[in-house]
Amino acid sequence: MAQQLPLLTYLLRRGDDNLILGQRLGEWCGHGPQLEEDIALANRALDVIGQARNYLQYAGEVEGKQRTEDDLAFLRPEREFVNCKLVEQHNGDYAHTMVRSFLYDAWHLPLQKALTKSSDERIAAIAGKAVKEISYHLRASSDWVIRFGDGTAESKERAQNALNALWTYTGELFVQDEVDQALIKAGVAPDMAKIKAEFDRTMDRVLAEATLERPADAYMATGGRQGVHSEHMGLLLAEMQYLQRAYPGAEW
Amino acid sequence: MRVDAAIDLTMTSKITSPTREGIYALLENVKDPEVPVISVRELGVLRDVAVVDGNVFVTITPTYTGCPAMDVMREDIEKELQNAGITRFKVTQVLAPAWTTDWITEEGKAKLLAYGIAPPQKTADIRALKGEAPIVPCPQCGSKDTAMISLFGSTACKALWKCNACLEPFDQFKCL
Repeated sequence: MAQQLPLLTYLLRRGDDNLILGQRLGEWCGHGPQLEEDIALANRALDVIGQARNYLQYAGEVEGKQRTEDDLAFLRPEREFVNCKLVEQHNGDYAHTMVRSFLYDAWHLPLQKALTKSSDERIAAIAGKAVKEISYHLRASSDWVIRFGDGTAESKERAQNALNALWTYTGELFVQDEVDQALIKAGVAPDMAKIKAEFDRTMDRVLAEATLERPADAYMATGGRQGVHSEHMGLLLAEMQYLQRAYPGAEW
Repeated sequence: MRVDAAIDLTMTSKITSPTREGIYALLENVKDPEVPVISVRELGVLRDVAVVDGNVFVTITPTYTGCPAMDVMREDIEKELQNAGITRFKVTQVLAPAWTTDWITEEGKAKLLAYGIAPPQKTADIRALKGEAPIVPCPQCGSKDTAMISLFGSTACKALWKCNACLEPFDQFKCL
């Protein structure tokens, strides 16, 4: 049972990453630069929210306090969210949104791939489905990064600016704290060093084709995993949770 | 034929002692709400039916993790069972093994094509393995001169394509 608390935190992290990214992508709905992209963003949002639902459902069961995935999504305060800071960053322009997704997908795909071999069968099953969806996500976000980078002077500048601005949030993706250590030991979670190697390969391959420069690793922003978020998170939650806060228990 | 005889005919759909085959046949009536020509069995969502001591156990698996049609399909299966007079049943959702478009039956693929949706290619397609773009013939005119517009389409399971020959846009069931 000593393993239950790390497992719960791990599940919340996986769920929250996807949930918050899904909320950000959903903000584009009706505002996409063209109809096809508007639909594509909503589709991506749907996939990651579905993955969030699976992880948070499991988290609720492990917690054992009768909380559903909806309770966890809509009724937790900011400090209890343990998503990485990358996903809560604002959408910015389309290059910013796509670079954010590209960085996330390039980390998320190898992570979920590794989780298909988790000793926890439920996690392995969730990851087995997620991997198929994220493969499409990485393909689509890579295509856009290449198109922007190897495009016009302006699209290249915007993509490079986005990359420079978001790079500081990539370090947190590979941090291994005591939660990860406990689960690595139990064979539930993978060693992040292997995930980092695949992330680096994707960066090198795609950024070279995009003629974009990989930013140097400098100060890396962390804290999201401990519930200490950037200033964007409060506003995001205010919008996401408004309905359930104003009308508790509302259903459609 | 008298009118009440006709009514009797419709009443025969009540199942008094369920069998595995009988339930499978019944659930042919449950279609994908977003592609209403293809049944949950043809789609590969219906994974198993078991009948134990008169209790019916139905196992389904989601196509895409976040697909909103899944909840509808589950409710439709439950309604279909209830309408057939079956009271003791349980519909269970499993995630593993993960759904693949290879589970869409051949008749299902033919129905998709007739409905105007290009069916998925095999996941083991040699072109896909080599990272090349798949050849997706236009469901309208059959031309192979087609191009992908977007990896994502009108629902989670589809991509958007266009035909360069007849100039029609069309949906393709993504290979998963």
